[in-house]
Amino acid sequence: MATTSADVRAVAQLAQLRIEDDAIDDVTERFNRILDLVAELQQIDTQGVEPMSNPHDMEQRLRPDAVTEQVDRTALQDVAPAVEDGFFLVPRVID
Amino acid sequence: MAPSELSAATAVALSAALRAKTLSSYELTQACLATIAKDNPALNAVITVSEEQALADAARADDILARGDGGPLTGIPLLHKDIFCTRGVTTTCASRMLENFVPPYDATVVTRLREAGTVMLGKTNMDEFAMGSSTETSRFGVTRNPWDTTRVPGGSSGGAAAAVAAGFAPLGTGTDTGGSIRQPASLCGITGLKPTYGRVSRLGIVAFASSLDQAGPMTRTAEDAALMLQVMSGVDPMDSTSADIEVPDFRGQLGDSIAGLRIGIPRQYFSADLDPRVAQSVHAALQELQREGAQLVDIELPHTDRGIPTYYIIAPAEASANLSRYDGVRFGHRCDAPADPQDLYERSRTEGFGDEVKRRILVGTYALSAGFYDAYFKKAQQVRRLISQDFSRAFQSCDVIAGPAAPGVAFGLGTKTSDPLAMYLEDIYTLSVNLAGLPGMSIPAGRVDGLPVGLQLIGRAFDEATLLRVAHRFQMNTEHHLATPSSAGEPT
Repeated sequence: MATTSADVRAVAQLAQLRIEDDAIDDVTERFNRILDLVAELQQIDTQGVEPMSNPHDMEQRLRPDAVTEQVDRTALQDVAPAVEDGFFLVPRVID
Repeated sequence: MAPSELSAATAVALSAALRAKTLSSYELTQACLATIAKDNPALNAVITVSEEQALADAARADDILARGDGGPLTGIPLLHKDIFCTRGVTTTCASRMLENFVPPYDATVVTRLREAGTVMLGKTNMDEFAMGSSTETSRFGVTRNPWDTTRVPGGSSGGAAAAVAAGFAPLGTGTDTGGSIRQPASLCGITGLKPTYGRVSRLGIVAFASSLDQAGPMTRTAEDAALMLQVMSGVDPMDSTSADIEVPDFRGQLGDSIAGLRIGIPRQYFSADLDPRVAQSVHAALQELQREGAQLVDIELPHTDRGIPTYYIIAPAEASANLSRYDGVRFGHRCDAPADPQDLYERSRTEGFGDEVKRRILVGTYALSAGFYDAYFKKAQQVRRLISQDFSRAFQSCDVIAGPAAPGVAFGLGTKTSDPLAMYLEDIYTLSVNLAGLPGMSIPAGRVDGLPVGLQLIGRAFDEATLLRVAHRFQMNTEHHLATPSSAGEPT
């Protein structure tokens, strides 16, 4: 069953992306071609196969809970688009 | 060394000249910068040149060399793929999203290579966020293949591959999530190695798919790759997925014989997708290895053709999560005059990302969304294990796997951009290796119609040393790796 342009718009909303009206058909068509490509996985018997999230099945190490560096706020905020008094600026959230 | 010889020289040869004082790092760096200034406009392989810093680093390297100190890479110029964070030097990932991003810190790979005395000349072009196999999705325009400028260099590390092939620098860094070091290395006729997942720290590498991404060397020879990998490898407390496993002396083992080594040839890597002329070059290379005493063994990797669908769920899913950080608030592109937070996020992301990146975010978001997670993401992770088990089984009867790195030679610019699926096929022989987390390498193995062909070598986890040994042995007995685009027309 092909995914509709409304479905694609719903996914785009989850991903915080906008799709212009004149592009939606093209985006939907390509999206469906990729879904067709990955659909063949459904034919493979994976009964009882443990999903693999790390190629060596490694556990992630934890670091000792200790201060190892000082964060330079000014240097980090130099790359921010809008900053004031050490705060990141965003549009008004609550009226 | 004459200036014309510099551009084809290896790091090993250049290092010898630096130590013999027949060349200074400053002169070498100037020569590389001059080559970039002359030839980059035609190739667009380099998108940022850090000339002032490079010359200062070179002068510092000369001081170290004058004292008789330093290591084998002291004073050697290199180019970093523009995915590695470089403090004070723009790091764009070839995206509008990061067009003006100047990182406040260095990637661990950048730190380690700098501490080894290398001289960074600048940053190389790539597919946007490393998503592509042709370097055509870059915000800063396509990179052209130095062997034929009407063709692509491969991708996503296409800028690095083109730059090393064109003699801009002997060394480049690349990253490989599904083939992004090996396929461009194959298409540009250079040596490229993707290490085992966990061998090299990912700290400071702009994240694409975190369970697949690895950084590796792009060089003219296996010996240079060994030197670079030595410096790049090792556990990093700042990357919890970097492996706490001993790093062997890669260069020290290069000279060992390959007699008796079992090389597995997967039947599935010579299917109808492969250009028969590429197959011929690969077979000739395998015969050369046989002459050196290696045994060729037929093996099966039955899930090879499942690699593409598996990868095109897992990589976009991980990418959609990683790229959710770009919200127009802390760094990266921000839209003009956002009306409210929703408008800020949506417009900043929609303006900042290119089409292929958006396409993968959509697919990934879909595969992870409620109701589809089990059918797509979990299913792909299960097939990933089957692919990994194929390799484990194969390595019971062989020590190394060999085959083509890409299904063909460099293709024409624009010929695959309209069909994402045709582009995805470029990585059919490489992306299973990322899914299994294994080391893989591409080395030049001849030419078809004057265009380079790559031989891929795949090893057991953390056994880069054997790949390098096989590659070095091959390069000692053949001259494919010595061919350069400028010498291509000359009789050999």
